Amino acid sequence: MKRHLQKAAIGERFPDLEHMRRKHSALFQGDPKQRVQTSIFVGFLLALYIFGLYYIGFTPLMLINGFGKFGIVVGAMMPPDPGSWENAFTFIKGVIETLSMAFFGTICAAVLALPFGFLAARNIVSNSFVHYAARRFLDIIRGIDTLIWALIWVGVVGLGPFAGVLAIITSDFGAFGKLFSEAIEAADQKPVEGIVASGGSRLESIRFGIVPQILPVLLGQVLYFFESNTRTTTIIGIVGAGGIGLYLTETIRTYLWEETSFIILLILMTVAAIDWISSRLRVAIIGARPV
Amino acid sequence: MATAIQPLPHDQSAHLQSVYAATVAQKRRQLFLGSIIVVLLIFLAAFGAEVDPHKFVTNFWKFPRYFYDMTPHIGVTTFFDDVAEWYWGLGKWLRYMSETLLIAYVGTVTGAVAAFFLAFFASGSMAVNSWSQFLTRRLLEFFRTVPDVTFALIFVVSFGLGPFPGVLALAIHTTGALGKLFSEIVDNIDMKPVEGLRASGATWFQQIRFGVVPQVLSNFTSYSLLRFEVNVRGASVMGFVGAGGIGQLLIEYVRKFYYVDVGAVLIIIILTVMVIDYGTEKIRHRMIAMDTTS
Repeated sequence: MKRHLQKAAIGERFPDLEHMRRKHSALFQGDPKQRVQTSIFVGFLLALYIFGLYYIGFTPLMLINGFGKFGIVVGAMMPPDPGSWENAFTFIKGVIETLSMAFFGTICAAVLALPFGFLAARNIVSNSFVHYAARRFLDIIRGIDTLIWALIWVGVVGLGPFAGVLAIITSDFGAFGKLFSEAIEAADQKPVEGIVASGGSRLESIRFGIVPQILPVLLGQVLYFFESNTRTTTIIGIVGAGGIGLYLTETIRTYLWEETSFIILLILMTVAAIDWISSRLRVAIIGARPV
Repeated sequence: MATAIQPLPHDQSAHLQSVYAATVAQKRRQLFLGSIIVVLLIFLAAFGAEVDPHKFVTNFWKFPRYFYDMTPHIGVTTFFDDVAEWYWGLGKWLRYMSETLLIAYVGTVTGAVAAFFLAFFASGSMAVNSWSQFLTRRLLEFFRTVPDVTFALIFVVSFGLGPFPGVLALAIHTTGALGKLFSEIVDNIDMKPVEGLRASGATWFQQIRFGVVPQVLSNFTSYSLLRFEVNVRGASVMGFVGAGGIGQLLIEYVRKFYYVDVGAVLIIIILTVMVIDYGTEKIRHRMIAMDTTS
C-alpha cells in the first residue's frame, strides 16, 4: 500500500508514459469519429494508389528490367559529347533561340495580360458579369498546356520558334491575368480612397493608388515566369515549335546518347544561370520577399 | 481658430527642393537606362526567336479559323443528335482522360512521398550531416531542373510505350519540386518542440515524428494538392512522347486534321482541369479553416 502510494507520487513528479496514459486517457485516444473518418479517407487514397500501380502495369520485375535498360542508357550518355564543333554550335544556337523565345514570350504575355488583370479584379470592375466572364476566360486558357497551344500555333504560323513564342504568350496570358488580378485585389484600398477624397479621378486613383503597390509584385512574378518559361521552352521543340527541344528529341529518337547528355547538360547550365540572374534581379527590385 | 501652416524660409526650402529634384532626376535616369536595356533585349530576343509580324498578320486569320474548324455544325432542331455525333467517342475519351488523371495521381503521390523523406535530409534545421544535405539538395535540383517531358522521352526508351514512363517522369519531377518546398517549410518551423524532444533524449526519427511532422503536415498536403493540379496538366501532354494518357489521342487527331475531334477532346481536358482546380481549392480552404480552429 505504501509502496503503491510512493510509486504514484514518483509518477506524479516524473510522469512515465503509462501513468500519463492512465491519467489523460481521452487525450491519448483522440476523437473516435475523426479517427474513423481519417482512416477511411486514407484507406481510399491508398486503394486508389494501388489500383493505379496495377493499372499502369507495375511489377517489380518490370521496374528492375526498365532500370537495367535505363542504366545502360545512362552509361551510353557518358561522357557528354556533342560529336563535332558544328553540332556544338547548333546546340548552343538552339539554347539562345530557347532563351529568346522565353524572354520575348514572357514580356509580351505580361504586357497583354496587364489590362486584362484589371478587368478581372473585383475592386476595379464592379460589374460582376464582366469580372466573372474575364475569370472564366482566363481559366479556359490556363486549362490548356503550353505544349497543346504550341501544337495549335504550329498549325497557324507553321513550324519554327515563332509558333513557340505565340504558345508561350497565349498560355502565360492566362496565368498572368489570374495572378495580376489577385495582386490587384489584394492591394490596400486606403491610398485609393485618399486619392478619390482629394479629388482624383478613377484613372488617377488606379495610377497613383494601386499601380505603385502592385508593380514590384508583378515584376517579381514576371521574373519567376521567365525562369519557368526557360524550362518550358526547352521542351516545346518536341512538337516542332523551335528551340533546343527539337535537337533533344532528335538525338533521343536516334539513340545518340552522348549528344543527348551534352544537350541536357547545356540546358541545366542555362537554367541555373537564369535562376541565378533572376533571383539577383528579384532581390534588387523587391527585396528578399517570397513571390 | 484655424492655424495656417507656416511655410519654410526660402533658403531652407530651396535646399530641400534641390535635393528632391536631384533624387527624382537620378531615379528617372535609372528608369530610363533600365528601359533602354529592356527594349534592346526585347529586340534581340525577337530577332533570336524569329518573330515575324508580317507572318503573324498574314496568317492570323487561321487562328480563329482553327477554332471554327473545331466546332461542329450543331442545328437547333437536331441539337442532341448533333452533340451525340460530335462526342461519338465519349467512352473512349473519358477512359483516356481517367488514365491521365491516374497517371497524375500516382505520379504525385509517389513524388510527394519521396519528397517527404528527402526533405528532412535537405533541410537546414533537421539535416543529418552536411554531405548528405549537399547530396540531397543537388539531387533535388537536378530532378526539378530537367523538364518532366525530357525524363518521359528517356523513360519511354527504357520502359517502353505506355503510362508507366509518364508516371515515373512525373514522380521524379514532383520529387524535385516538392522536395525543395518541403525542406523550406521544415526550415521555417518552430524549433522549440524539437529542442524539447532532443533534450528529453528522443532519437532523430522521434524528433521528426513528434516534433516536426505535426507542424508541417497540413502545409505539405496543401503543396501536394497544388502539385497535383500542375501534374494533371502535365499528364495531359505526356502522350505526345508516347507516355500514356489523353495526349496520345490529341496528337493523333491533330496530325490527322480531325479538327472536330480535337475540339471535343480539348473541351474534355479543360473541363477536367477546371473541376480538379475547383475541388483542390475547396479542400485546401477547408484544411486552412481546420488549421486555424484547432
